[in-house]
Amino acid sequence: MPEGIFCNKKPVETEEELTALLGDTSGTQYYKEMKELDVDSKLLWTTIQNTCKSRIRTWLEICAHCGMCADSCFLYLVNDRDPKQVPAYKIQSTLGEIVKRKGKVDNEFMRMAMETAWAKCTCCNRCGMYCPHGIDMGIMFGYLRGLLYQQGFVPWEMKIGAGMHRVYRAQMDVSEEEFVETFQWMVEEYEDDYVGLTVPVDVENADIMYTVNAREVKHYPEDLAEAAILFHAAGENWTIPSKGWELTSLAMFAGDWAACKMQVESVYEAMERLKPKRMIGTECGHAHRATVVEGPYWAGRKDGRPPVESIHYIEWLAEALREGKLKIDPSKRIKQPVTLQDSCNYVRNHGLRETAREIVSYIVEPGYFRDMSPRKEHNFCCGGGGGFNGIGLFRPQRNKGLITKRDQIIATGAELVLAPCHNCWDAIRDLEEEYEIGIKWSFLKPLVISMLELPDHMKPEE
Amino acid sequence: MYEFITGFMFWLSLGVCLAGMLIRTVLYFRGLAWNLDRVAYKAYPKDGFNGAMRSIYKWLLPFGTHGWRKQPFMTVIFFCFHIGAVIVPLFLVAHNLFLEKKTGLSLFTINNSVADFLTWLVVASAILIVLRRIALPEVRIMTTWYDYLIILISVLPFITGLMARYEVGNYNFWLLAHILSGEILLLAIPFTKLSHVFLFFASRAQLGMDYGIKRGGLKGTKMAW
Ligand code: SF4
Ligand code: SF4
Repeated sequence: MPEGIFCNKKPVETEEELTALLGDTSGTQYYKEMKELDVDSKLLWTTIQNTCKSRIRTWLEICAHCGMCADSCFLYLVNDRDPKQVPAYKIQSTLGEIVKRKGKVDNEFMRMAMETAWAKCTCCNRCGMYCPHGIDMGIMFGYLRGLLYQQGFVPWEMKIGAGMHRVYRAQMDVSEEEFVETFQWMVEEYEDDYVGLTVPVDVENADIMYTVNAREVKHYPEDLAEAAILFHAAGENWTIPSKGWELTSLAMFAGDWAACKMQVESVYEAMERLKPKRMIGTECGHAHRATVVEGPYWAGRKDGRPPVESIHYIEWLAEALREGKLKIDPSKRIKQPVTLQDSCNYVRNHGLRETAREIVSYIVEPGYFRDMSPRKEHNFCCGGGGGFNGIGLFRPQRNKGLITKRDQIIATGAELVLAPCHNCWDAIRDLEEEYEIGIKWSFLKPLVISMLELPDHMKPEE
Repeated sequence: MYEFITGFMFWLSLGVCLAGMLIRTVLYFRGLAWNLDRVAYKAYPKDGFNGAMRSIYKWLLPFGTHGWRKQPFMTVIFFCFHIGAVIVPLFLVAHNLFLEKKTGLSLFTINNSVADFLTWLVVASAILIVLRRIALPEVRIMTTWYDYLIILISVLPFITGLMARYEVGNYNFWLLAHILSGEILLLAIPFTKLSHVFLFFASRAQLGMDYGIKRGGLKGTKMAW
C-alpha cells in the first residue's frame, strides 16, 4: 500500500483532516501505515539536487570520521557512549547514505532515518561547535527532517503540529477569537489585584507588539496575565495582534518548510499592519528561533531580519530592570540556591548568553546563583528540544535524554531552576516527575512579579 | 623515467592540484545560498568576514578552542601531523633546489635536521592516528577503508622520503617512489577527502559567517569557540 489514510506525503490542510488524524489515538494506525509507505526516490533525489548545495555537500564530503564531535552530544554521553550516537555517524548513516545512493532507499531505511532524526538528535547544534571542520550536524538533521517530512516519514505529533500551523496559524487549535478572549478574561481575573490592568488589542504604532505560545492560551493562561502585569508596571505602550500572535513553530520541528513560511508570514503581516516599534515574544526558545532567527529566511527576507526589530522576552526584561522601569523589592529576592537553563535556541543560536544572567543579578540575592557546567553557548540541550518532548513514540529515549540535564542540575546543588523557555521548562518538569530530584522550576515572569515593587497606581485600595 | 616523472608528471600533478583547489574553492563559495543556508551572507559582509576569520583563526591554534582542549591527545597528534605535513614539503632544502631548477623560484628553507625531526613526527603521529582509529569505538564505527587510503596517500611521501634520506637499499628506487607518491598526493587533493586542505578554510569560514551574522554576531556576541 503506497499512501495511507493518515500516513502519506500530503500535509494536513483542513480542520477535518486534523480531527481525523487526532482521532487515531497515539498514531496507532498512522505508524502501521508508515510501514507500507512508498519512498518516492525520484522526488527525493530531485529535492536533494535542488536544495543540497555546497555547504552540506562539503560537510558530508570532508568529515574526517575523527569522532571529535562524539563527546559534544548529550545523547551520546547519556546512552553509555554508544558509538551509534556519535553525531557524525548519525548523519553519515542517514543523510549521507541517501545522498550517496541518490535517493534510492527503502521504507525500512526511511523509518530508521526518522528515528535517528527525531529521537537521536534535538537539533541543539552543540556538535557544530566541537568539530574542527565546523560541521554542524544539527543543521543537517534539520535538513534531513525536511526530506523525511516531504516523504511522509514524520512522527505523528509532528505531522499534527505542522498541520495545526497550516490550519490555525498556531501550534494548537486556538482561534483568533479564543486568543483575544482568553487574554482579556485573564486580565479581568487579575484586575482586582492590579489596578488598571488591560490588554490593548490591535493598537497601531505601539512601542511593543507582544506575541505568545499557543500553549499559554490553552494550558497556562496566567502567563498572559503576567505579561500584561509586567508591561503595565513598566509603563509600556504595548499591544497584542488579534491575528499573527503565535510565535512558535512546530512546523520547524517537523521540517515542513512551507508551513514554516505560512506561520512566520502571519506574524510579519501583523507587524506590517500594526507597525509597532518592536516585537517581543514570550519566554520560549524555539519560538524565538523560528520567528526571529530563521523566519526571515523562510519569508524570503534578504536582510535576515523580521520587518521590525524583534527581541526575546528576556531582552526586554533585562532592559526594563536595568532602566528601572521595573523595580525589585530587594528583600524579596530569591534566597535559595538557584541555577539557570540556557536555551540552545537563543543562547547558542542567537548570542543571548549574558542576558538572563543580567536578570539574575537583579532578582537573586548575591551568593545564591549557581551556574551549570558547561554553560552559556556550551550548555547541553534540556533533553527535550527539537520536538523530542512531544513525541510519544520516542518517550523512552527522551526520558533517557533528560539524565544529562538532571545531573547538571544536581551538580549545581540548586533547588530552583530558572527556565525562560517553554521546551526547557517542560523538560525540567518532566525530569522532576521522572527522577524526583526535589527541584522547582519556573519561568521568569511569575518570579519577577512576586518581588515587584508595584507602582502606586496599580496598587488596589485597601 | 626520471625525466618523465620529474617533468611532465610533475607539472601535470602540480597544475591539477592548484587548478583543482582554485576551481573547487570558487564553486564552494558560489554554491553558498543565503536562502537555503539561511545566512544573509551578502547583507553583512563585514560581520561575515570577521566571523569567518575568527572561526578559522581559533581552530588553527593548538588548544585554542573548547573542542581542542576537550581532547588533548587528539590535539597533540593532530597538530604534530599537520604542522610537519605542511612545513616539510614546502620548505625542505631539497624541494626548493628542485623547485628552483624547474621554475627559478624558491621559498624559505628549513634546516635539514629540523626537517628530519618533523618528518619522523609526521610518521609517528600518523601511526598514532591509525591506532586511535582502531582503539576508540566512536571513531572505529565510522572508519572505512577509504579513511585508511587517505592516510596512506598522505604519509607515503614521508615514508619514502625517509627511506631515500637514509639511503635504505636502493636510493634511486626510493627517490622515484618518493616523487611518484608526492605526485599522487597532489593529484588526490582536489578529488578526495584530502580536499579538506583547502575546504577546511571554506567550511570553517561558512560556519563563522553563520555565527558572525545570524547566530548572535549581529547582536555583538562573539562565539566562544
Ligand atoms: S568532529 Fe567533524 S570531522 Fe570529526 S567526525 Fe565529527 S563531524 Fe566529522
Ligand atoms: S545537534 Fe545536538 S543532539 Fe543533534 S547530534 Fe549534534 S549535539 Fe547531538
